[in-house]
Amino acid sequence: MQKLLAWVDQRFPLTKVWEEHVSKYYAPKNFNFWYYFGSLALLMLVIQILSGIFLTMHYKPDTSLAFASVEYIMRDVPWGWLIRYLHSTGASFFFIVIYLHMFRGLMYGSYKGPRELVWILGMVLFVALMAEAFMGYLLPWGNMSYWGAQVIISLFDALPFIGPSLAEWLRGDFVVSDATLNRFFSLHVIAVPLLLALLVFLHIVALHKVGSNNPDGVEIKKKKNADGLPLDGIPFHPYYSVKDTVGVAGFLILFAAAIFFAPEMWGWFLEHDNFTVANILQTPPEIKPLWYFTPFYSILRATTDDLIKYGLLPFVLALTALTLVSVRELKTKGIVVIIAGFVVAGFFGLEAKVWGVALMGLSLILFFFLPWLDRSPVKSIRYRGWKYKTALTIFTISFVMLGYVGTQPAEGIYKMCAQIGTLVYFAFFLLMPWISTYDKTKPVPERVT
Amino acid sequence: MKKLLVVFALLTAPALGWANEGACGQVAKCDPVKVDLNDKPSLQRGARLFMNYCLSCHSASYMRYNRLGQDLGISEELVEKNLLFATDKVGDLMSAVMPKADARAWFGTAPPDLTLEARARGPEWIYTYLRSFYRDDKSPSGWNNTVFPNVAMPHVLYEWQGSQRAVFKKNDKGMAHFEKFEVEKPGTMPPKEFDQSMRDLTNFMVYLAEPAKLERYKIGVYVIIFLAVFFVLAYLLKKEYWKDIH
Ligand code: HEC
Ligand code: HEM
Repeated sequence: MQKLLAWVDQRFPLTKVWEEHVSKYYAPKNFNFWYYFGSLALLMLVIQILSGIFLTMHYKPDTSLAFASVEYIMRDVPWGWLIRYLHSTGASFFFIVIYLHMFRGLMYGSYKGPRELVWILGMVLFVALMAEAFMGYLLPWGNMSYWGAQVIISLFDALPFIGPSLAEWLRGDFVVSDATLNRFFSLHVIAVPLLLALLVFLHIVALHKVGSNNPDGVEIKKKKNADGLPLDGIPFHPYYSVKDTVGVAGFLILFAAAIFFAPEMWGWFLEHDNFTVANILQTPPEIKPLWYFTPFYSILRATTDDLIKYGLLPFVLALTALTLVSVRELKTKGIVVIIAGFVVAGFFGLEAKVWGVALMGLSLILFFFLPWLDRSPVKSIRYRGWKYKTALTIFTISFVMLGYVGTQPAEGIYKMCAQIGTLVYFAFFLLMPWISTYDKTKPVPERVT
Repeated sequence: MKKLLVVFALLTAPALGWANEGACGQVAKCDPVKVDLNDKPSLQRGARLFMNYCLSCHSASYMRYNRLGQDLGISEELVEKNLLFATDKVGDLMSAVMPKADARAWFGTAPPDLTLEARARGPEWIYTYLRSFYRDDKSPSGWNNTVFPNVAMPHVLYEWQGSQRAVFKKNDKGMAHFEKFEVEKPGTMPPKEFDQSMRDLTNFMVYLAEPAKLERYKIGVYVIIFLAVFFVLAYLLKKEYWKDIH
């Protein structure tokens, strides 16, 4: 055994990689509950890929066979129902895990330097994951699969100039059809998963270069012992490998409970309208994406002429005024005024529909810039003042609210909530420079607590 | 952090219950029905009803006859003798007796496949639908339904239930609201017995929509027990390793 290892090590840096990333990777010793979700996300990726491989053996990407092939898996393939529920429940659990993983980042300032790239790679992962889930949802070819894809892709039609040809290029046809199903299958089964695997690799390499953050937001690399090892660090293996195993076991209990006892989750994980085959002539009463897309879908639907006139326009003007009075640099002032000018012109010149699509895109893009929007000297919420704490709490509540109202008809009180939620969403990011600058922080300890 | 967890829990918990509200539409309410897939006799009676009275127009084309026989404990012989109307092979999928084109010509719309009906509409909806046909002289078939206005399906179990008229009331917003049924002509079955039969049929359709449900819960219990033991062992192992970390 020892000899074999030496043989390999001469030809491949096996021991070196193992030590660098596992047995001698020093992680802070004070990880809490929120630090389980990175390894759980990895677990979910593996589960999705494995269950996906077996589904692909029986699934048929053909509009006349797809729906029946899924039912064939559910009924005639041995353990097919379990494989399918692993995958369908897995998609929702993947997003639960990812949202909590991202929330951890917001709480402990994990996106702040030196981890900006870890965060950005994470955001690219998130967008890729959304694409993966969106394309996967078309495959069962249920009525909601069909109409969901139809509605979301035709959003691109709203974009000026390139819109219609872009939408047609995505579909490979003028409507969602067999061509669309085939290309989504190809992208879902091989292209995006490859990309996800590559991104996860980069995400972790980037993390291990700078080291993990922790609930105190203290850089453990600043205090080292005589051997150059962080005083507050412990080797990932065995300490965190056993701890993450506990997390995995706990998580799997919840996951299994969903798979075996509530795989539909009362319409939240598998929609009722997706148990009828796609029908071009019959629109479902309420076309809505699955829950993990609804916060963004809400923003899209909330953007009406009213919101622009009474919400977004005053918001942009106020933000510009705030920049003019509080920022000293002339260059920054100039850039902000120019951008605001274009945006305001756009409010009058472009349809609300176009703004809906733009804001939905922007709501994702803003996450990428968080490391630079947040100017607080401290990372962790533990040492921040009330301003950031309040902002994060309100943002979280309105994000969940956006998600909920996105599953309801866009009228009355729901529409109103979506519009308020949309303003809160953008205010959180765009006011972040001020919130974080003027927040009164507490002193951060030297060592982790 | 704990506070935030509580907020999360409070925010998401009620949303789960709301997802399925109003399944029976604006006019009528769904009646509750007791679904119990362990009640084999009920499933068998439901299957018989379904084969005899529904399969003539509707298909259940994702389901095979012999699977049904195995799951419900009906021997292949009995299936062949009593339940096989549309085909002569027990391994076949359950297609409708009536060709789709004929059905479309007669009813104006093809009777939809019913394999997954219980998952698309929910058992309460089906149970209510089956018991809510009423006389309506304005509709082409002479029948209407409170949870499926202007339905094209005739009341096929008319002889059992008899005929009833629906009483609607306007609520304060001026919207018609279903009040109650008034019996016009009693059927051959007492109402209680009819409800019981429709419950059997609904129960069967829940099974039909997901045969795996029969074993899913049972396996789930073992999986969770296994994982709970694994969790405890993993936790003890972690404690052992971490005892020198402060
Ligand atoms: C005479 C032919 C016929 C028979 C027999 C029949 N149905 Fe129907 N059924 C129809 C037609 C036609 C429709 C379509 C109604 C519409 O779309 O307006 C329908 C619709 C339905 C629906 C609603 C489907 C939906 O849109 O979600 C259910 C549920 C249903 N039938 C159940 C049954 C059951 C259970 C039986 C056996 C007791 C049965 N049917 C027997 C013709 C029939
Ligand atoms: C497939 C999806 C993802 C996988 C498999 C994954 C995996 C991981 C793992 C294993 C860790 C280390 C363990 C931990 O800190 O919890 C980690 C850390 C991190 N991830 Fe992700 N991640 C994913 C998506 C994301 C996303 C969407 C974001 C946010 C935009 C993100 C941001 C971060 C950050 C900032 C860290 C460092 C946290 C810290 O040190 O405090 N990740 N990720």
